[in-house]
Amino acid sequence: MLTEITIEFLQLLIVMFGSPLLVGVIRKVKARLQGRRGASIFQPYADIRKLLAKEVVVSENTSWIFHFTPYLLATTMLFSALIVPVLTTRAPLGFMGNIIALMYLFLLGTFFLALAGLDAGSAFGGMGSSREVAIAALAEPTVLIAIFGIALRAGTTSLDGIITRSVADPLLMLNAGHLLAFFAFFIVALAENGRLPVDNPATHLELTMIHEAMILEYSGRLLALVEWAAGMKLFLFLTLLSNLFFPWGIALTNTPITIFTAFVALAVKLLLFGAAIALVETSVAKLRLFRVPELLAGSFTVALLAVVTAFFIR
Amino acid sequence: MTSLFEYILKTPVVTEALKPADDTQIEVIARQIDESARRRFGRSLHIRQVDAGSCNGCELEIGALNNPYYDLERFGMHFVASPRHADCLLVTGPVTRNMADPLKRTYDATPAPKIVVAIGDCAHDCGVFAGGYGVVGPVSAIVPVDAVVHGCPPAPREILLGIRAALEKRT
Amino acid sequence: MVIESTVMLDLFLVTLACFSAGAVGALATARWTNLSRLVGHGGALAGAIAAFAFGVAGLAGGDMQLKVPDLLPLGGAAFGVDRVSAFFVVVIALGAIPSALYAIGYTREYAGKYSLAGMAFAFNVFVAAMILVPLVRNVLTFLVLWELMSLASYFLVITEHKREETLRAGWVYFVMTHAGFAALLMGFLLLARATGTMSFTEWGTAAAQLTPASRNLIFILFALGFGSKAGVVPLHVWLPRAHPAAPSHVSALMSGVMIKLGVYGMVRVAFDWLGAGPPWWGAMMLTVGAFSGVLGVLYALVDADLKRLLAYSSVENIGIIMLGLGAAMLFQSSNLPGLAALALVAGLYHTLNHAAFKSLLFMGAGAVLHATHTRNMEELGGLIKRMPQTAIFFLVGSLAIAALPPFNGFLSEWLTFQSLLLSFQISAHTVNLIFALGVAALALTSGLAAACFVKAFGITFLALPRSETAALAREVAWTMRAAMALLALACVVLGVAPSLVLAPLEATVFDLMGGHADMQFDFTAVVAKDGFGWVAPLWIALGFVAFLVAIPLALRLIGVNHRRRYYETWGCGRALQTARFEYTAMAFANPFKRVFALLYRPVKELDIEFHPESRYFVRTIGYYNEGRLIFEDALYKPLLRLIQALAREARVLQSGNVHGYLVYILVALVALLILTV
Repeated sequence: MLTEITIEFLQLLIVMFGSPLLVGVIRKVKARLQGRRGASIFQPYADIRKLLAKEVVVSENTSWIFHFTPYLLATTMLFSALIVPVLTTRAPLGFMGNIIALMYLFLLGTFFLALAGLDAGSAFGGMGSSREVAIAALAEPTVLIAIFGIALRAGTTSLDGIITRSVADPLLMLNAGHLLAFFAFFIVALAENGRLPVDNPATHLELTMIHEAMILEYSGRLLALVEWAAGMKLFLFLTLLSNLFFPWGIALTNTPITIFTAFVALAVKLLLFGAAIALVETSVAKLRLFRVPELLAGSFTVALLAVVTAFFIR
Repeated sequence: MTSLFEYILKTPVVTEALKPADDTQIEVIARQIDESARRRFGRSLHIRQVDAGSCNGCELEIGALNNPYYDLERFGMHFVASPRHADCLLVTGPVTRNMADPLKRTYDATPAPKIVVAIGDCAHDCGVFAGGYGVVGPVSAIVPVDAVVHGCPPAPREILLGIRAALEKRT
Repeated sequence: MVIESTVMLDLFLVTLACFSAGAVGALATARWTNLSRLVGHGGALAGAIAAFAFGVAGLAGGDMQLKVPDLLPLGGAAFGVDRVSAFFVVVIALGAIPSALYAIGYTREYAGKYSLAGMAFAFNVFVAAMILVPLVRNVLTFLVLWELMSLASYFLVITEHKREETLRAGWVYFVMTHAGFAALLMGFLLLARATGTMSFTEWGTAAAQLTPASRNLIFILFALGFGSKAGVVPLHVWLPRAHPAAPSHVSALMSGVMIKLGVYGMVRVAFDWLGAGPPWWGAMMLTVGAFSGVLGVLYALVDADLKRLLAYSSVENIGIIMLGLGAAMLFQSSNLPGLAALALVAGLYHTLNHAAFKSLLFMGAGAVLHATHTRNMEELGGLIKRMPQTAIFFLVGSLAIAALPPFNGFLSEWLTFQSLLLSFQISAHTVNLIFALGVAALALTSGLAAACFVKAFGITFLALPRSETAALAREVAWTMRAAMALLALACVVLGVAPSLVLAPLEATVFDLMGGHADMQFDFTAVVAKDGFGWVAPLWIALGFVAFLVAIPLALRLIGVNHRRRYYETWGCGRALQTARFEYTAMAFANPFKRVFALLYRPVKELDIEFHPESRYFVRTIGYYNEGRLIFEDALYKPLLRLIQALAREARVLQSGNVHGYLVYILVALVALLILTV
């Protein structure tokens, strides 16, 4: 019982405190690729700390939804941290939701963030909300068909079960369907987290913003919560990608050694994924907004191929 | 794509160390924020640049701060689009009649604690545009200013040092 | 009369008595409009409560048989109850109780303009007919009550008959419902003739006598008839016309409850009357469901009329229910009874949930309409500050319909997903592909529904009012709010405590199909098929509450800055911030209009009016971006043109000559004699 609580607590702490570090690492790698020194990898921590000390300036047009949304975003992300197999497949609270429930938890956060974008009555916010929900809606089929592909191979949709069965099959990584599902899921991760080529997280031009446009009105501790929640979403998506598709190192039993190995393996995998994202962001330009559905349709086709191969190559 | 990565691999990190400047260029006028706020801003400062009617000479110099040679991100500074996200307003230009009200609104939209750094001779005392019919006055006439960086336009190094001086940070 | 169980029968008679009292009482007190309104809707409320009790008793296993031999020809009137009927009675009552309560406050504004007594009378007849339909066990009784239900709802739809478009909407509804009725009539008569009996209870066993060809034909006819009532694509065209035109409590009933009777019919046809059918039936239902889901929500997305948006959303949800039903049929024909039961449970659960949240949403829209006198979202906005409670209830409804945890819509969609994903147990490649496309369609529907309700709630309630009337809106009467509160509570309870619903549903499906659903559940969690998927909605809700309390507490403990200052919205320093700067409903839907332009085929028009003195100054700019409705253009208009052309040709027969008509009578008589001899 005590081990169980400790492990869930550890997972929560890793997600809470590891996500700013992940964001910092991605920015650092991008900076180095651009030939400059860049901010320290601990910069996001300093940013959040500073934001918590600033006052909150709120538009007179907003309602309670504006105030509620950052807390809800943080809540959904922290709750998801309890379900996602960060360190171990034997997370005691993992029964609270399977991968489909997880996707809907993320959608809940997007729903409220879109409402908050509309709440201030600014054109930027409305634009951001409109684009964000469009992309989220178009990414849903890809996600669920990719899940279908994974579930076919693993025979289950529970996160723990998928990983357990992937680990049991060492040749899984060479499976065409597996790699196709991974590729589709990676594109969705880029889309859902507002990364190039879908959305530029570092842009200053409001007309090119999607996620940033919705949070233009936030300040102080509310902004800190929103930024932190966005970081946690990225962390959770990359954790899912690493542990569902490349589950090497994950703890199958709850002993101190396996947990420690899992922690190290997770750190290595997340660093690699972070560097990969930085590489992708450096090498592509942002897609025109109305080309993004084409990208998502392409990833949908890839996911569908994954499902078809799963049926024909059993 | 491969030529891009070849180029990246061949080019080293070109960021230059920040050399100290002579202090006549930088003038710290007021201290609007307390010690703890200044310490926090020293690690993380989000800047919103406001063009209050400048000729864009200062903007070009400020823009240079983002390039790999000056790289202001290594000091924890970052340009932002919305004043709600900002801690520091970087104001350029003599304040024209059309921009006086927007500048005030931008200042009010920024959450406390905040600092204002005026860049360039125009921001200090309207520079060559002093007395013009479209000009209201220097930046300090509209919003309280923490530091002024003289120059027409000031070099990026001076601008960077000016911001750090406003936070009482020596190089 | 053959009576079997007294408690059930008592409840049944009490229900009928309440509705009769309501109907007659409304007419009797017609002179005193307020009393008539109270008596009429009060009677309906009492009847609905009694019906709810009856339904719950039926789900617990109560039985009733009632035959009134001489009331109708061809076998008299026959009623009976089994778990399936009881479930649908519960669904109807769940929609009718709040609706009657709501109507008491809502119909007040019709006083003096339209007949309140007539409305209350029609309301009682409508609800009573709807409650009786699932309890009918006999062909003619079914047809009579079905027709009564359609007529009563027609009169309710055209309540505001002084408006042109209401009459037009009523007309379309009238024609579509009777076209469906014709299909039903043919289906029923063919089935009765083939099995030799008019009684529903005997059809299940007699179905084996049918030839495959006649069984397919009867299925198609029933699908057309019940499908048009349910509102599946392409038979949905009456929904977006009739539901907005009707008064809001009637829209809530029609959308939340009446269309479920189409689902009831399909459930009976597919699992009871015709026995197990060939796989193409299930495949057809699944495909139709997928199309209805996606097309329904796509049309809802681009609509700026709040009630029409909700009507299209009903089409979408019927699509989701049909996905579950189609999956169940496919599993049944592939001999997987456990999975078939699971899929059917998912479909029926969504039926109940949709009744709850769609009624809630329509009532919210009605409250908005009541307060602002407009349904056009482009004129609304800022209502969350003027009507805070309505806003919360509408938000709960939006969250539920977008299938977000921890509300009820999430759970039924989750179950539908699980049953669709489990289709890999069938090893037929075409079926697998159909299921895969079904999963994709459900996912797309779900995402688009979330987008749609961000728009519906966000544009209507948030930011600044876009017109004078919205700025002057006031919160509505307590009866209307109480009705919405009831439904919002139902949405939360049905989502957080699924075992309340799943236990009776499992028993219902077992009665119908004889298989136990492949799932386990207890008070907190639901597991699909031995660990294929888990979800624990109660834990999710508790976890949310825990974190929502802990995070602000933690922030307070670390001592963050708690100052808050109110200022204007950031508009780039612009001096003016009016409602004109807000995002509009049309703008919000623009990305979808462009992505799915193939479906909408939008027609863009830009009207610029220049100042007479100089073309450098613009007076007005009018931007129109209307989509075209493909089903009306491609299917119905040609069909109507064909019918009108045939009618023109047939006009020759109306010669006006009496001798000609006498010849027609003679010919018809001779033909009949030959046919029957």
